[in-house]
Amino acid sequence: MSIAADRTIPPAAAAPRRQSAFEGSRLREPVLALILPLLLLAAWHLATTGEGYSLIPSPSAVAIAFYDLAVGGVRNDFFSGTLLNHVIASVSRVYGGFFLAVIVALPLGLMIGRIATVRQMFDPMLQILRPIPVTAWLPLAMIIFGIGPTSAIFLVFLGAFYPVLINTVFGVRSVEPRLFEAASMLGCTPSAQFTKVVLPAALPAIFTGLRLGLGFAWMIIVIGEMTGVSVGLGAIIMEARQLSRTEIVICGMIAIGVAGFISDRIILMIGRKLLSWSPNHV
Amino acid sequence: MSSATPPILSLRNVGKTFDVQGRRIEALRNANLDITRGEFVCLIGASGCGKSTLLRIVAGFESASSGEALMWGRPIKGPDPTRGMVFQDYGLFPWLTVRDNIGFGPASRRRPRKEIKETVDHFIDLVGLARFADVYPHQLSGGMKQRVAIARVLANEAEMVLMDEPFGALDAMTRERLQDELLELWERTKLTVLFVTHSIEEAIVLSNRVIVMSAGPGRIDSDIAIELQRPRDVAGAEFNALRRSLADKLHSHHAKVAA
Repeated sequence: MSIAADRTIPPAAAAPRRQSAFEGSRLREPVLALILPLLLLAAWHLATTGEGYSLIPSPSAVAIAFYDLAVGGVRNDFFSGTLLNHVIASVSRVYGGFFLAVIVALPLGLMIGRIATVRQMFDPMLQILRPIPVTAWLPLAMIIFGIGPTSAIFLVFLGAFYPVLINTVFGVRSVEPRLFEAASMLGCTPSAQFTKVVLPAALPAIFTGLRLGLGFAWMIIVIGEMTGVSVGLGAIIMEARQLSRTEIVICGMIAIGVAGFISDRIILMIGRKLLSWSPNHV
Repeated sequence: MSSATPPILSLRNVGKTFDVQGRRIEALRNANLDITRGEFVCLIGASGCGKSTLLRIVAGFESASSGEALMWGRPIKGPDPTRGMVFQDYGLFPWLTVRDNIGFGPASRRRPRKEIKETVDHFIDLVGLARFADVYPHQLSGGMKQRVAIARVLANEAEMVLMDEPFGALDAMTRERLQDELLELWERTKLTVLFVTHSIEEAIVLSNRVIVMSAGPGRIDSDIAIELQRPRDVAGAEFNALRRSLADKLHSHHAKVAA
């Protein structure tokens, strides 16, 4: 490195690689992303249209059902125009359970990672509870919390809890020991190091945990809403199944997929903003 | 050095043993050392001679197994802001900008916000990083990172700066530049510096005093005053004579250890 280079910022100024027209185009990403869904849609269409009776409804039937579910006016039955209510109910349970999980798992993870006594006390029990699938908790949850949304929130909580906890512990354990030495020689007390060093240093791992946890929360919501609630995306899937309204089942699946995708994008955006300092976080 | 003024740092028969999987390893035996305020002292020796252990005991990161380490006559019980450390691997906080890294110490000690800003501005200027105040460490070159690390310790009003091979990871050009800058800061601020290096030349360029250490177990071997006039001419005859005599000292220990 020359003296001149020492005075400037090297990495950001790197010259851009030569690119072909398509590579450079802004259309490249959306086009690549759409190929597989379109192929799937075509296969689905070919398999379900013109063959007489099919147990799986065609894409066009699902599209019409989705429109009816969202705004009504086609069949005007029990499901018509109810989508928003179900989405709101599920979103509130997913985020309710998820935030509860974060509130418990984050501080617990920081302490398990940093304080040996806490680790020795909590870790064995948490490791035994961990392999138990959320579905196995369903009967107990219904006895303890009754039939209704509380059980659903509890199950979502369980599903989101472990990814957040385990990634937080991992993040704390892998903080560069040098940073604690640096903080303490600068006069930062051990208790202040929790917020000044441990939390920011573990933040990349914590965000991975939050993303995984929120993903699990959306997966668990269908099981959570099997606990006898009447509103929610999981609930209409169950109800439509019993009524053999498979097109509504698929609508529920699509809605969960889209809602889960949007909440993942949101958390990703927050992460990018908070982790702009980290060279290996994209 | 004159013993009329009380030393800022004294080591009295300091020893350190580590237990590594049941084996006792003696890293340092019977180290005695007095450093007076304003001195620039270099510790030099082959790897395993205990120079880094000694520095870490002074910093308070390790405690002495025997003997005592005193700062202004009081036992060193742990790391504290009076002794600032500059690490070879910088130890900067990657999530803080240059400005906030330098302000970390004053902020930890709950100085008023206005005072922190003035202190930080002053030291950013002093190390010539004003243009990079709001940049994160990963965007800086090694030499710039080490300037931030030095400014961070100075901004925290450290009376003694401990440096553990701080320029060892830098290229030759940057290293020479930083040596000059460090000397300029030292002359301007009347700091006390304890500097670990394995480069004989670096030790002679920088210090008033070179402490030669030897390995197996680590101990202080000799204490040599460097009275060359500053700025020091690396190519001068006196410089070369000193370099040769220090090299002979170091190599005779190597031979002894190897035998």
